[in-house]
Amino acid sequence: MSQKSRLHIPHAAARPGETPDFSYLALSPAGAVARPPVDSRMSDIEFLSNDLVRVLDENHAAQGPWNPGLDSSTLLEALRLMVLVRQYDDRMQRMQRQGKITFYVQSLGEEAVSIGGGLALRDSDMLFPAYRNQGLYILRNTGLVEMMSHCLSNTNDFCRGRQMPVFYQNAKNRVFTISGNLATQYPQAVGWAMAAAIKGEDAIAASWVGDGSTAEADFHYALTFAAVYQAPVILNVVNNQWAISTFQGVAGGERRSFAARGLGLGIPGVRVDGNDLLAVYAVTQWAAERARSGGGPTLIELVTYRGGAHSTSDDPTRYRPKDEWAAFPLGDPLHRLKGHLVQAGSWSDEQHLAMEEQMKQYVLDCWKKATTFGTMTEGPFLRVHEMFEDVFEHMPQHLQRQQAQLLELEGI
Amino acid sequence: MAQMTMIQAINSALDIMLDIDPSVVILGEDVGYFGGVFRCTEGLQKKYGDHRVIDAPIAEGGIIGTAIGLGVNGLRPVAEIQFADYIYPGFDQVVSELARLRYRSDGTFYSPVTIRTPCGGGIRGGQTHSQSPEAIFTHISGLITVMPSNPFDAKGLLVSAIESNDPVIFFEPKRIYNGPFDGDPNNPSVPWSSHPLGEVPEAYYNVPLGKAALVETGHELTIISYGTIVHVAQAAAKLAGVSADIIDVRTLMPLDIDTIRQSVSKTGRCLVAHEATRFCGYGAELVATVQEECFWSLEAPIERVTGWDTPYPHAFEWQYFPGQKRLLAGIRKVMEAK
Ligand SMILES: Cc1ncc(C[n+]2csc(CCOP(=O)(O)OP(=O)(O)O)c2C)c(N)n1
Ligand SMILES: [Mg+2]
Repeated sequence: MSQKSRLHIPHAAARPGETPDFSYLALSPAGAVARPPVDSRMSDIEFLSNDLVRVLDENHAAQGPWNPGLDSSTLLEALRLMVLVRQYDDRMQRMQRQGKITFYVQSLGEEAVSIGGGLALRDSDMLFPAYRNQGLYILRNTGLVEMMSHCLSNTNDFCRGRQMPVFYQNAKNRVFTISGNLATQYPQAVGWAMAAAIKGEDAIAASWVGDGSTAEADFHYALTFAAVYQAPVILNVVNNQWAISTFQGVAGGERRSFAARGLGLGIPGVRVDGNDLLAVYAVTQWAAERARSGGGPTLIELVTYRGGAHSTSDDPTRYRPKDEWAAFPLGDPLHRLKGHLVQAGSWSDEQHLAMEEQMKQYVLDCWKKATTFGTMTEGPFLRVHEMFEDVFEHMPQHLQRQQAQLLELEGI
Repeated sequence: MAQMTMIQAINSALDIMLDIDPSVVILGEDVGYFGGVFRCTEGLQKKYGDHRVIDAPIAEGGIIGTAIGLGVNGLRPVAEIQFADYIYPGFDQVVSELARLRYRSDGTFYSPVTIRTPCGGGIRGGQTHSQSPEAIFTHISGLITVMPSNPFDAKGLLVSAIESNDPVIFFEPKRIYNGPFDGDPNNPSVPWSSHPLGEVPEAYYNVPLGKAALVETGHELTIISYGTIVHVAQAAAKLAGVSADIIDVRTLMPLDIDTIRQSVSKTGRCLVAHEATRFCGYGAELVATVQEECFWSLEAPIERVTGWDTPYPHAFEWQYFPGQKRLLAGIRKVMEAK
């Protein structure tokens, strides 16, 4: 032991040109982790924050007590949604590359996080997503034409051009508007859940943040309030190993799991294979049951991998090995669910290819439809004076004046 | 001399300060291995090590709070906040702590923190990558606030900021990181290599804090601005065919009142312009200053051109941004007033 104090500066296991190394990831075999009752004492379930809940094994068979026992039609719907999300991402990414939209964020490799978690919740539950949770909007029937229209800032955009692409919303189906500021939605989800409890409703709230975002104070506010009031909320940390260029160790993931962040406050944590749709579903269902039965909050860490760039403004080859995703031990969530359905005899490669083709065509049709509401270069366009609306409920005089001034300048 | 973009000039200032002063440390999100999302710290971790160029967790309050502590214990921290739009989680550390440490301890404690942060719009960043929050900081007693408009000033002012024992908020208008911008997005983009102030000495130099620059001289009108809008104002004045003094404030706090007084006393007409929202914007302070200092020389009401009092919309970026058309209208109004 050195006699001097010293700093530990976290360094990623592998950088460009180096061999990917995931030896830091603690894994448990599928089916190996016990599923305790939802009313267990804190001290009896701490293992859930260290182990890794997994259902699908290497041969895509479902194993152990966390198998949610979903029927094949539900699983096929989950698969269809994941394929749809991936096809949507693929098209929108390409549209950004062609200059049709200004910005885009893919969820490549993380599709099971939104689809598995979302499916385990009720329609009346309120979702507070992060920007990589497009799957939640798609799952809640937001409509690809509407989502694309938003990304185009066109006349059909549900936030009328106010936000840059991927900041979706769907009030009707209970999915909150996305903020560009990290983790701000976390305490808000807790507040929503507290209101549901105050009003005596049995809806719960769920929110998602990235591993990097857990460093923000808002993350910790959320945990504190959720713990103090035992709010009916599910707090998800999507640990996709990266936060732009910094690996999860920079957010403090080197010595303990993100799932363990709530233990000191008395919030149970569950670490789950985020690329295993069955496990994500089961763990979310467990947490929802706790919340609905007065058991309070649960912190879920979904272990996954960011398969694509951080966003279209990013070039990950500058900071991580090109082949890192291929080396990720938890694989690709889509292939794993597909493999499960195939080995169970309810799906085939041919059917899968046909469905992929169908989803691709559907996405293309939606894109064509969305562009009829306007693109960045071709009308119809939003009307410029609308930019002054919704700053306040009623437009104050100074904004009315500025609005008039702009219209005069624009010759409208 | 070398041709530098604003990014390269900032990188050069940081490089020199890390080199000549072992107490300088850099911390921020993605600043280390990656070199920053705008590449301002590129190569610096490799050159100076991971204890001097530190990748920070995503926590602006943590970055600024620890920077204060590093500074109190003898280091000279340069914190990067990835976008000015994301500085608010660190606001309490800036306002209640950094700005007032010297005052509340009777000069016993201080922390020479520099906070660099990209600001401003024009990059299709929508409401969370476009803000110009400088007036929120100039309103706080105890903070020096800077916004350069070109590579030469960026390097020289950043050197002075790092050397300053008072805390500095250093805003970098990201629209002009790679070239000056005349406010018309349809014009082809221009590189800094075509601009005289893209000529930057490679060696150490500084530009003093608290001194404005007269970037154009004229006799009919004084235009006071800073950041991206300096270039828009130059283009608009030319279009209007008006002979104008154009003052680039550069340091917003403390303000160089003498330069402003001398100019407006000479021209008798004044227009103030910035990209930030209007109400309680920095322009209000400029107008009040001109009124206090030069009232008896004024031949027309002072004109103000600013961003609108709305969040920065994604779809209407160019209708929001105070471009040439709005500046031109402002210039005409102040020139025509009798
Ligand atoms: C308050 C705040 N600080 C910084 C940023 C800039 N930023 C956007 S995404 C990001 C990385 C987030 O990483 P993580 O939370 O792991 O989510 P992921 O992108 O991996 O899904 C950063 C630093 C921001 N949007 N908001
Ligand atoms: Mg991440």
